Amino acid sequence: MAAKSHEEEHHNKAFGWAARDQSGVLSPFQFSRRSTGEKDVRFKVLFCGICHSDLHMAKNEWGMSTYPLVPGHEIVGQVTEVGSKVERFKVGDKVGVGCLVGSCHSCDSCSSNLENYCPDMILTYSAKYHDGTITYGGYSDIMVADEHFVVRIPDNLPLDAAAPLLCAGITVYSPLRFFDLDKPGMHVGVVGLGGLGHVAVKFAKAMGVKVTVISTSPGKKQEALDHLGADSFLVSRDEDGMQAAVGTMDGIIDTVSATHPISPLIGLLKTRGKLVLVGAPVKPLELSVFPLIMGGKIVGGSGIGGMKETQEMIDFAARNNITADIEVISMDYVNTAMERLLKGDVKYRFVIDIGNTLKI
Amino acid sequence: MAKSPEEEHPHKAFGWAAKDTSGILSPFHFSRRDNGVEDVTIKILYCGVCHSDLHAAKNEWGFSRYPMVPGHEIVGLVTKTGSNVMKFKVDDRVGVGVMVNSCKSCEYCHQDLENYCPQMIFTYNAQNHDGTKTYGGYSNTIVVDQHFVVRIPDSMPSDGCAPLLCAGITVYSPMKYYGMTEPGKHLGIVGLGGLGHVAVKIGKAFGLKVTVISSSSRKEREALDRLGADSFLVSNDPAKMKAAFGTMDYIIDTVSAVHALAPFLSLLKTNGKLVTLGLPEKPLELPIFPLVLGRKLVGGSDVGGMKETQEMLDFCAKHNIAADVEVIQMDQINTAMERLAKSDVRYRFVIDVANSLAQSQL
Repeated sequence: MAAKSHEEEHHNKAFGWAARDQSGVLSPFQFSRRSTGEKDVRFKVLFCGICHSDLHMAKNEWGMSTYPLVPGHEIVGQVTEVGSKVERFKVGDKVGVGCLVGSCHSCDSCSSNLENYCPDMILTYSAKYHDGTITYGGYSDIMVADEHFVVRIPDNLPLDAAAPLLCAGITVYSPLRFFDLDKPGMHVGVVGLGGLGHVAVKFAKAMGVKVTVISTSPGKKQEALDHLGADSFLVSRDEDGMQAAVGTMDGIIDTVSATHPISPLIGLLKTRGKLVLVGAPVKPLELSVFPLIMGGKIVGGSGIGGMKETQEMIDFAARNNITADIEVISMDYVNTAMERLLKGDVKYRFVIDIGNTLKI
Repeated sequence: MAKSPEEEHPHKAFGWAAKDTSGILSPFHFSRRDNGVEDVTIKILYCGVCHSDLHAAKNEWGFSRYPMVPGHEIVGLVTKTGSNVMKFKVDDRVGVGVMVNSCKSCEYCHQDLENYCPQMIFTYNAQNHDGTKTYGGYSNTIVVDQHFVVRIPDSMPSDGCAPLLCAGITVYSPMKYYGMTEPGKHLGIVGLGGLGHVAVKIGKAFGLKVTVISSSSRKEREALDRLGADSFLVSNDPAKMKAAFGTMDYIIDTVSAVHALAPFLSLLKTNGKLVTLGLPEKPLELPIFPLVLGRKLVGGSDVGGMKETQEMLDFCAKHNIAADVEVIQMDQINTAMERLAKSDVRYRFVIDVANSLAQSQL
């Protein structure tokens, strides 16, 4: 007997846009979502951020994509139904879902609120769910997710600008806290001024940290200083500027996912400073060991964050009026947006107005 | 005209020095400064042969100045103390490690992190404040600021204690800093040489489970039976390595040759830490995905401050930890260096300076 079609796999019809192959081009896609289980929260999707990962995955650049692939893991919306055992949400609540929709709930990572490091964690899209079906992301009209993986969006945050926090936000918030780069008076560098970088600047400033943006584009200087509130701006190709900044930073959050030299960044760190990579270059980078040893320095990585911390991050953003800088687009603009994203032509996140523009 | 090494200071001294990048050592007459108010003069009894001595003697790092008297694992007896010196008296048994001075006024010096002071002065191959060169412990005597001298606990053997002054603090400091002291946690040690074997002993004293990771099975029995490691992993055995993936809380990597980090990163659990202590001549390749997906980190560490060095010695005395040494005569140093280059030593050569240096003049 043939496997069920995407439309018949689950109980309730759903509609979205999916990539069908490695071209990464998205087009309308009819599929289905499961019924609302006893621990599930069902919500109408209003907005979904476009993360650069969506582009990598749509084109199978990491070799782990399953087609048809409905991207989207910066999802916000309004609750339409909750399961009988759901305690934290009710119909009408404004909620969000990020990069994860499942984990094992029993390993050391899950027990420490680090579902993102669970070996069996389930990604919001293109991953295998507990019932064996493939997960579909937020470029769609409806989401159903286990309550554990849903966060509340406080009323004072505009939904469209809050959406990117669900991936970009937690991705930079988590390492600022974990690596202790959040103490007033510290000096932190942020490499790359894109979706991740611009949110990192805002969070770090709200934590009382002095921020230097490090970028290859001199053109972003005024933005960084005047609009985002960075304290200074370094062009990474400016040898004199880089030399003057040697040994001045407690830490650096490096958001760049292309291959790039990290030795100059390690040089910017103070003794025992920390370079934390949150972008994921596919090829290994060159590590000069002498400076690492002579300065007792660290190179680390961090990937998103657990659910407890994601809620904490959203609440921190709400208290400090932090949202992403976005360009709202209609669903049918998504392929053009992907092309522009590839060239870094966005300030600083596209957000799809699903509620108003996703139409069958 | 610059003074010769013999004339630049008032007190004659004798040692063995490398004269060029061949790294071959030979007798060398030089001089030591007067014992100042803060100084301690030490008659050297033993000096450990650190792999760094070999790298430096051959200018492998590119900043060697000749003639060079290596040696920064020094144990000896106090023969003179300056008027401000209260901590030591004549005949005390003391040690000197990798540093002989620092600025004493920066934030690092104030935090007992003299090793990270930008003006820290190395025991050899560095420049003193007066412009003269520092000469190390392959010599009969040394004059050092009291702040950079440590007391050797009474219970420790002089020869087995000497290597702790570099190898010991080099592994102890990061073990403390990176929190590798929780009993029951799992520490992997890559490389079983001077640093590695001391790390096994200190790791066991902290109550850790210790796995030695080595490229050959040659050292397995040693590691398990004599050094007390809990297990042994051959890094060239892919199946055994795979079985150990995600099992270690920390790894200390003592290998100074260029080598792959990726297999060792795979051995770490989530939030695992790899501390690299060897100083390869070329950069290593660092894969980023494992760091991001597992929140892992790679850190470096450079010896330790003076307070921590004394703490390390006291800790080792309490746990009866000394280095495993092969004592040699001064005139055997070049052969020892050749053997060291081939890792043919269990696990540190120590020069019996007091009993063999003078004779080597003849």
